[in-house]
Amino acid sequence: MNEALWALGRASGAVSLGLFTLSVVLGILVRSGRPLLVLPRFSLALVHRNIALLAVVFLGLHVGSLLLDPLAQLRALDVVVPFVGEFKPFWQGLGTVALDLAVAIAVTSLLRRRLGPRVFRAVHWASYALWPVAMAHAVGNGTDGTSGWFLGTALAAFGAVGAAVLWRMSAGFIETARSRQESRA
Amino acid sequence: MSRTNLHIDWTRCDGRGLCTELLPDLLVRDDWGYPLAADPSLDDKSNIPLGRDDEPAAAEAAALCPRLALAVRRRRP
Ligand code: SF4
Repeated sequence: MNEALWALGRASGAVSLGLFTLSVVLGILVRSGRPLLVLPRFSLALVHRNIALLAVVFLGLHVGSLLLDPLAQLRALDVVVPFVGEFKPFWQGLGTVALDLAVAIAVTSLLRRRLGPRVFRAVHWASYALWPVAMAHAVGNGTDGTSGWFLGTALAAFGAVGAAVLWRMSAGFIETARSRQESRA
Repeated sequence: MSRTNLHIDWTRCDGRGLCTELLPDLLVRDDWGYPLAADPSLDDKSNIPLGRDDEPAAAEAAALCPRLALAVRRRRP
């Protein structure tokens, strides 16, 4: 039973991180206002939302299974308060920070029509912090965190997010950037 | 004809074009990406009258607009 919880905890954590990676890249694509191949803009927005929600579900599985697993020595307090854990408190604390950010981003996204664009955007920016913190937690805390296959996959994910962020900061990022710049000139 | 408008809040809209995809019969996009009423005779560019069949798509656009710039509103008499 404990073995199963442990395996579930590790697998769901990896899946969650993979989905968060996809969600960040998709979120940046949605922000650009561009469609992707056959997918129109509104579909991309829906896919971004659903992948992010799925990532949160797997994050719930990850934390829940490790809470139930006595070997993981995870206490309820560690789920909310970072850096006070028994085992690798720093790396586990990063996981707690990522979890807290993920919950805040998910809740403000689901309630965004009630909260208004200001709160929604301000909190949503934390996604850029969530991703590297979650990745550092996986590398530092994960049983396979420093194994070759995991580091290879992590490097690929880092490349994808890094490229998306560089694109995000480039001048032609917005679909209508050119016509908007011309009209300003 | 139903009794609702699609209201566009221009202080929020950033011309991301989701609404023009979902409501191709009602909205067209200008060169900067912003939505324009497809019917050029409309005086009020911020309140676009919806037909009954448009309402589901308009509600979806309002829910998905990344800038929360859209709302389906009851028309004033
Ligand atoms: S979806 Fe929203 S932000 Fe995008 S063009 Fe329409 S109203 Fe503007």
